[in-house]
Amino acid sequence: MAKILILGSTSPIARALASRFALDGAELYLAARDGAEAARIAGDLSLRAGVTTHSGRFDAADFASHAAFIREVIGELGGLDGVVLCFGTLGDEDSAQSDSAAAIATVHQNFTGAISMLTIAAHHLEMQRAGFLIVIGSVAGDRGRARNYVYGSAKGALALFTQGLRGRLAKSGVHVMTVKLGTIDTRMTYGREGARLTVSPERAASAIFEAWRRKAEVVYVPWFWRIIMGVLKAVPEKQFKRVGF
Amino acid sequence: MSAAPKNLRLQNAARVVSDPAPAARRMVLSGWGHYPNIESEVSRPEKIAELQAVVAGTSSTSTLIARGAGRAYGDAALNADSRVVDVQRLDRMLSFDPDRAVLRCEAGVTISEIIDVFLPRGFFPFVAPGTRYVTIGGSIAADVHGKSHHRDSSLASHLLGFDLLLASGEVRRCSREENAELFWATVGGMGLTGVILELDLRLRRVESAWLDGSLVRAANIDEAIEAFERTDREYGNSVAWIDCASRRGALGRSVLNVGNFAARDALPRHLAQEPFRVAPSISPLVPFNLPDFTLSALTVRAFNAVIYATHRATDGRAFFDYQSFFFPLDSIRNWYRIYGKRGFVQYQCVWPTAESRAGLVEILEATTRSRRGSFLAVLKKFGAQEGMLSFPMPGYTLALDFPVSDGLFEFLDGLDEMVLRRGGRVYLAKDARLKPAAFRAMYPNFGRWQAAKAAADPNNLFSSSLSRRLQMDPA
Repeated sequence: MAKILILGSTSPIARALASRFALDGAELYLAARDGAEAARIAGDLSLRAGVTTHSGRFDAADFASHAAFIREVIGELGGLDGVVLCFGTLGDEDSAQSDSAAAIATVHQNFTGAISMLTIAAHHLEMQRAGFLIVIGSVAGDRGRARNYVYGSAKGALALFTQGLRGRLAKSGVHVMTVKLGTIDTRMTYGREGARLTVSPERAASAIFEAWRRKAEVVYVPWFWRIIMGVLKAVPEKQFKRVGF
Repeated sequence: MSAAPKNLRLQNAARVVSDPAPAARRMVLSGWGHYPNIESEVSRPEKIAELQAVVAGTSSTSTLIARGAGRAYGDAALNADSRVVDVQRLDRMLSFDPDRAVLRCEAGVTISEIIDVFLPRGFFPFVAPGTRYVTIGGSIAADVHGKSHHRDSSLASHLLGFDLLLASGEVRRCSREENAELFWATVGGMGLTGVILELDLRLRRVESAWLDGSLVRAANIDEAIEAFERTDREYGNSVAWIDCASRRGALGRSVLNVGNFAARDALPRHLAQEPFRVAPSISPLVPFNLPDFTLSALTVRAFNAVIYATHRATDGRAFFDYQSFFFPLDSIRNWYRIYGKRGFVQYQCVWPTAESRAGLVEILEATTRSRRGSFLAVLKKFGAQEGMLSFPMPGYTLALDFPVSDGLFEFLDGLDEMVLRRGGRVYLAKDARLKPAAFRAMYPNFGRWQAAKAAADPNNLFSSSLSRRLQMDPA
């Protein structure tokens, strides 16, 4: 039975993905900054899927705590076969663009915290020469845009880091998958103008789960965002700048 | 399986709001009848702390109503020019005690999810309303009934208690023992006392997913009533589908479907091997609103197709899968579209036992004469009932669909008068057009409810298009 750690487990997409793994029979550890909420979701999954679940609190920006946290998770699960990294926050892009402290906080939440966790988890999986990492990123990381480049650059850097890690861990038989999320019907998009082309967290989770099963390496969810981003990336810088996305 | 974490219970300390309120957006909403369509400012919390932030952030100049799956037919979960909070994402199941058969969950959990999770373990909701796609929170607000009302009463009878978030931000535990007045004002209270956060619901033990019963054909209304009276001791579930095209001596011609959950050893061998397994039902879709001119013919055919396909003549014992027994209309998603783009209203009324026959004849005749087109009607016998604004009373209930058309509401006002004269009432969860005076006459406990509402929500934070239409809000 797979033992899986889900980091940032209170988002709708993380919950839906956890549910897919639970129905697949996995034993889960749900970690989130809101530990009480992670416990409620763990209880829910345990009841619905009839599997064992654990939960605990962690803070992506408290880097010093990460190694001990992973050790504790491995102890409680009695091993670790996979890590799904779901945390991240859009933050307040307006203040991040004018206030460097806010910009750095956004980068910590989305990138620095992630590389800290991924480095520690990668070491464990590399030693046991098996397992997987799923890193939930964003299409915002594919091209810098005036509207969300602080968040986007952190997600872009995360994609590059994950790409390199995939190369390193390939030799150890560890599967590393990068997910690039388009717009999903969640708190981030609810109430925003032009939140078209959204899919439900459940459908997105199914797509991620299926991609993981066929050992995909980079997957866009929903799939058509691969085409949208392909077009956007092809627009020359001069024109792109003028459109002012 | 891990035990549910101990500190899941919300304490009053949860008043400290740490999460920001989620973003709101302006949306045009409607109930299942797609009449009326009303714009509101809608937010959708992902967890209870965010819901608390929504309530705390609702200013004194605006009002708020909680909305579940949007399956009330009319304006119960609408709030014109004010705020609606969609609680569908608050759907965690928190714990289950198999010995007492009690589920603790958040209010956005649906009947459908409860069936999916617990039927394979031998449990089923005591009260299964006409659709499985309703939230438990909404079901409590409407104090829904099912085909077992004559035996099991309404949902409230199986609800041990709930935690109610009040306008002040306080979370109050309500049950028959604690805050009983607020408990009885909240069941059937149309969401106007607060928002239910968590609840404890007792489930029924069943040995299979099948109902052991029969179809009884009735040539007219007297035979239908006689069939209910004859079968209601033996069968825990019953409902009759009336053919509204019938008239004169055949008025009320119907087919009565009765059944009890089948014991495992009563099932035929091929079913007994996997007693909780039923074939997944196909779910055809009505892809768009049908133009009005197709209405009559298609409605008849669609309903007949659904009802009679699942109700073939079985003059004797038969086994019915729970899905087609309890939720036949769920097998056509979006069936409201059959009634065209103006939408429809469902008129459901009940009369005291002694007045039921005369009332049924009166309403069925008026409907037939009006040619307003309810082709199929549902008839059901009710039993005992509690709850200040709960709809049921001992007697017979009739539900009719009417596509919205010119002159319809005047016609329905006439039906209200007939129902009132016989001491009956109409169901608020289906309603979009009742008048305040008729409402007060139909619900004699309204004064007591108003006092409980005023105590729980003194500034009238919780209000809806329905509550203002019926003048339930304090003046």
